[in-house]
Amino acid sequence: MTAIAEKNVTWVKPPRLNLAEQIYLPSVAQGMITTLKHLVKTVTGLNATSTQQYPEQQPVLPPHYRGVHRLNRDEQGRVKCVSCYMCSTACPAHCIDIVAAPSPWPDREKYPETFVIDELRCIYCGMCEQACPVDAIELTTIFSLTGMSREDMMFDKEKLLSVFDQTVKLGTDPVRTRGGRLSVAAEPADAGLTGSSSAQS
Amino acid sequence: MATVLVNDIPVDIGDEKLNCIQAAERAGVTIPHYCWHPALSVVASCRMCLVMVGEKKPDGTVAMQPKVVPGCQTPVKDGTVIQTLDPKSTGAQQSTLESLLLNHPLDCPVCDKAGECLLQDYSFQFGKATSRMVDEKNTPPNKPNIGPNISLFTDRCIMCSRCVRFTREVAGTAELHVVQRGNHSEIDVFPGHPIDNKLASNVVDLCPVGALASNDFLYKQRVWNLKTVKSVCTGCSTGCSINLDTNKSVVYRLRPRFNPRAQGHFMCDEGRLGYHNVNSALRFTKPLERTNSGTQAIDWQQSVAKIDQSVRSAAQTDAGKIWFVLSPFLTTEEAWLLASYARSISPFCRIVSGPVPSHGVDDNYPKDRKGNPSTNPVKFTIRAEKCPNRRGIEAVVAHFQKSPATFADLLAACDRGEVAVAFVTSGYSTAFPAWGTETAERLGKAGFLIVHDMLPSALSDAAAIVIPAAAFSEKDGTYINHAGLAQTTEAGCVPQRGARTDGQIYLDLLGRRGLVRAIEIRKEIGKAVPALAALATGELGEHGVFVTARA
Repeated sequence: MTAIAEKNVTWVKPPRLNLAEQIYLPSVAQGMITTLKHLVKTVTGLNATSTQQYPEQQPVLPPHYRGVHRLNRDEQGRVKCVSCYMCSTACPAHCIDIVAAPSPWPDREKYPETFVIDELRCIYCGMCEQACPVDAIELTTIFSLTGMSREDMMFDKEKLLSVFDQTVKLGTDPVRTRGGRLSVAAEPADAGLTGSSSAQS
Repeated sequence: MATVLVNDIPVDIGDEKLNCIQAAERAGVTIPHYCWHPALSVVASCRMCLVMVGEKKPDGTVAMQPKVVPGCQTPVKDGTVIQTLDPKSTGAQQSTLESLLLNHPLDCPVCDKAGECLLQDYSFQFGKATSRMVDEKNTPPNKPNIGPNISLFTDRCIMCSRCVRFTREVAGTAELHVVQRGNHSEIDVFPGHPIDNKLASNVVDLCPVGALASNDFLYKQRVWNLKTVKSVCTGCSTGCSINLDTNKSVVYRLRPRFNPRAQGHFMCDEGRLGYHNVNSALRFTKPLERTNSGTQAIDWQQSVAKIDQSVRSAAQTDAGKIWFVLSPFLTTEEAWLLASYARSISPFCRIVSGPVPSHGVDDNYPKDRKGNPSTNPVKFTIRAEKCPNRRGIEAVVAHFQKSPATFADLLAACDRGEVAVAFVTSGYSTAFPAWGTETAERLGKAGFLIVHDMLPSALSDAAAIVIPAAAFSEKDGTYINHAGLAQTTEAGCVPQRGARTDGQIYLDLLGRRGLVRAIEIRKEIGKAVPALAALATGELGEHGVFVTARA
């Protein structure tokens, strides 16, 4: 180890405490005043924040909240996913499992035969959403998940599509992402973004 | 000595005849190219390799040619100067890529080639981010049945014509051709003549973009999820070097790996698609014992102990009635271990080579246009001998068995009832079996038949003990091809469902401790067997070594 030359070293001394600081009592009093302020506010009901009566009272979450996934449908009600594996590649928790197959529809080449997300393994980071080139996967504001077994929490394609129906048709979650389009392979040339906007309305 | 200057890096090319792409590669400089392939003729049609080329005069001045030239068809000589970083070169690369991408659908997310696509790589390295194309792109329909194993995604094609030249020059059958002109050019076949020659799937590897896809691999995996190991095809005695692509211990595809000593650049479809028994659900998973009360699974320790016990008790009466059959599907190391075990029991145990499955005659390519044999120089051979390691097994057998015995001798001895224990290793491909039910019946007459195989067969039905064998993708080892080229193969998968590799079972039988390490055994063989002395180095390198002087 090479020693640092003395000229390169700057010595810094801690500031000296004055008398008030040395006896600590003013700081203690200051803390007590803050506590009393909050006490008064709470007792008199002036405090803006309050406890929500969950679960009777459901929170209204911002639309960018990252909860349970859904698989979006296109305007014909088919799964929008083209099974490109971008989400499972981007996923840091390796919780997405896709089996691709040649698509039964003429306007695209590939579709997911199965699409399973392990909701217990997921860390809800939203990378899948960002990676998706056709806006097929999104995270919704549904945050409370229950299941009786680990298998219950493996959400398959049907389950994920039902989350879409639940959130979009009821209007709780709009289709947010409008990022990339995948040109001819994914969508009919004239479809544009109608799928997203019609679902939103 | 000829010296070429590539971006001011001097490269000594000796007296080789190289083009600019090859010379630049020696200097570690990539000249991007699509249509040029070392095994095919030069057409200079893709224009991707356009570079500035000039000459260094004896007086030291450099005279560059006024415009870019295609690097693939420009030979280099002493004093040639190649400038890939010249603004004219990079401008040409960018413009060419923009032109190639005019009609390309950019559907990378659903394209099987994504991740190993030269269009992606070169666009990233040499292209520009934007396109000035304002018109509609051409979207010609796909041709999913251009061949039984091949799909053509017509819109992704960049018309490099590698596939067309391959079918004309290497396969010879010339199924593929270019139809239409200019912007509307497409690859196609004649109606009723799909691309179905035995080398057809090589066009999938040759295709620099995702236009030609293998139906076998289509949509199975994304390529970046695959783990690749260097392996050897076990389909025939050519022993093509291959890349074995696996994911989570499942084999998804085999690709040829360039090996000038074995097969060159390509491989045949028989070998390429012949791996499916590896993933078969019918494979044995546990050792089976057949008793009077029926068949039952036993555990590994038990099976090894039972085999050892039966062999040893038979050796006490007459060791000459114990036969070991070494299948040509075993690696040389495995054969060595099993033969060593036989010798450790008694010097009188008989060791024979298993039958060599031979089907038809050596199939040489190129063919003529009608698929008949032609007189052109041979560029690829599919051997009639459908096993990878006949020579390795023969060398091991010859080392241990001084008095020659054959598989036919074993069958004759079975008929006479003179076989106490027969240990038969198999692993033969189901497409080219080495024996039928008749041979299996004759072997069944052995007092105690031990069968080491992957899949159920008439022979395993007759066996007293069946031990599951590992597939070629699950074991390390050495195969010696028809020409005496020893190549190592690497395990890409762990043996399925708790099976053990063949070498491990033989090591356990031998009573040697620890896990089997092919490289150590290879060194052992090299020291002990003069005919296989070339194996003594352990590592045989990417291209393998010849165990004998080349004929």
